[in-house]
Amino acid sequence: MDEAFPRIEPLGEGALLVRFADRLDDRANRAAGAFRAALEADRPAGAAETAPSLGSVLVRMEDGADAEGLEDALRARLAARDWAAVPPPPRRAWRIPCAFGGADGPQLDEVAAMAKLSPPEAVAALTATPVRVLALGFAPGMPYLGILPERWDLPRQAGLTPEVPEGALVLAVRQMVLFGTRAPTGWRQVGRTAFGCFRPGRDPAVALAAGDEVAFEAVSPQELADRAGADAGETGGATWEAIG
Amino acid sequence: MIEVLACGPLVTVQDGGRPGHLASGLARGGAADRRALDEAAALLGVPGAALETPGAPLELRFEADTLVALTGAPMRAEAGGRTLAWHAAQVVPAGATLTLRPTGRGVYSYVAPLGGIGGPAVLGSRAAHAIAGIGAPLAPGDRLDAGGRTGSERRLAAPEDRFAGGALRCVETPQTALFGPDARARFEATAFARGPRGNRQGVRLEADDARFATEGQLALLSDFVLPGDVQATGDGVPYVLGPECQTTGGYPRIAHVIAADLPRALQAPPGAPLRFRFVSLAEARAARPGAPAVEPLVRDPRDIPDLGRYQLIDGVTDGRG
Repeated sequence: MDEAFPRIEPLGEGALLVRFADRLDDRANRAAGAFRAALEADRPAGAAETAPSLGSVLVRMEDGADAEGLEDALRARLAARDWAAVPPPPRRAWRIPCAFGGADGPQLDEVAAMAKLSPPEAVAALTATPVRVLALGFAPGMPYLGILPERWDLPRQAGLTPEVPEGALVLAVRQMVLFGTRAPTGWRQVGRTAFGCFRPGRDPAVALAAGDEVAFEAVSPQELADRAGADAGETGGATWEAIG
Repeated sequence: MIEVLACGPLVTVQDGGRPGHLASGLARGGAADRRALDEAAALLGVPGAALETPGAPLELRFEADTLVALTGAPMRAEAGGRTLAWHAAQVVPAGATLTLRPTGRGVYSYVAPLGGIGGPAVLGSRAAHAIAGIGAPLAPGDRLDAGGRTGSERRLAAPEDRFAGGALRCVETPQTALFGPDARARFEATAFARGPRGNRQGVRLEADDARFATEGQLALLSDFVLPGDVQATGDGVPYVLGPECQTTGGYPRIAHVIAADLPRALQAPPGAPLRFRFVSLAEARAARPGAPAVEPLVRDPRDIPDLGRYQLIDGVTDGRG
């Protein structure tokens, strides 16, 4: 985090954005999560809703709220402590089966080449260490996962892929995203899971929470289908254990 | 009960949406033209879930007398041999079929029965949300848990014409400066047209050769995105984002259309002109419109837009026209 941050800016006329960094940064991400948790524990006057993202916290204001008063309150809270140093809360460690390459990961070869790896080396690297849920966003329950090592600092595509399927695992800018729905994307698809990020009829509808850890396990398309079919918890054969 | 006899694509139930779930990545959603929902609530006296049609024709059969508000993009509406006024609430009699046909003005039209549309709420809302997989478009044969309540017929005292594009007030975003020193003036000076592509996630803006891009924009950190944001994708073409837009994204936003003017942006039909004008935050925050004014609906032959359709000479109208 450089000295220009944290910074409070308007987001539209009805919200304030507290930014801890303008680039992907582990400390900023942890600070955003801790600051948002503290705001939820004791919500300042005029704040209707708060939410954390990769490096920021959104504070949506109530209609007619005193924006300047709320901004002052946020500034005071920000200065109260080093938010990046707050220990992480209890969370889950997930293990999610994923089919890489082929029809399930049509851009795996391209992504591996950009990272100067063979496709099998790329899969091995992406499954070797767990990643953290940096934020949920874009679509319901969808995790931004990272932070991946430098070699995965790949730009988004200039054009959009018209549609990736539900469960698609896509990669760009040192992160992976697991799609909860069919959607267009500028990221490249390397694999596919049967993990349901958001199922309106399931309890809980949203499976992951910011701060959770996720390890992907490379499986064949057939094994993925078998394990997903046998999963009563409707999370595509994924398992989890509590940590922290 | 209201039965759907016929309907075009993407007709959905909408209300004020589901605020409060941005931390889970769930956008608020709800009516594309929030003002039209407010107008329906003012006409009926109470808010409620309504049908939203993006210009798709609709035929609805009412089993009981029902006060119905018609707001948003004007459609040609008839029920029981009577041409219904738009921007108004009128009683559709039991057994009558309400027929709605597009006029080419605006995009999103609302059919709001008094008492709303019942059914299962998800996270406190009846609103369909395509990208979240909540709800589904209406299909012929659907039966809606709605109708059966009547009340006074009213109309909007001063319907606002927001159905043909026009000027949109906007504020800067945290990324506006990244577009370069001249971009803001160039954006204001550009005569855009609403492109043919658009849905509840957003509408594409077109201008001959206007492109808006930032340095290094393909590696920007993903951050919060709100309905009203004007997002430039990788090829520099801007989109105005709608109620089902993504909650976070990495494409930069050059501007944010203020809430008071977002209905005008989303109601612009393909080809309609759109211009942007930056205003101060104070002006944007003061721009929130008050409750829509309504007045009794007095039906007068001069108010009936299509008088020639009525058989006034030979005396066979049923007298309710």
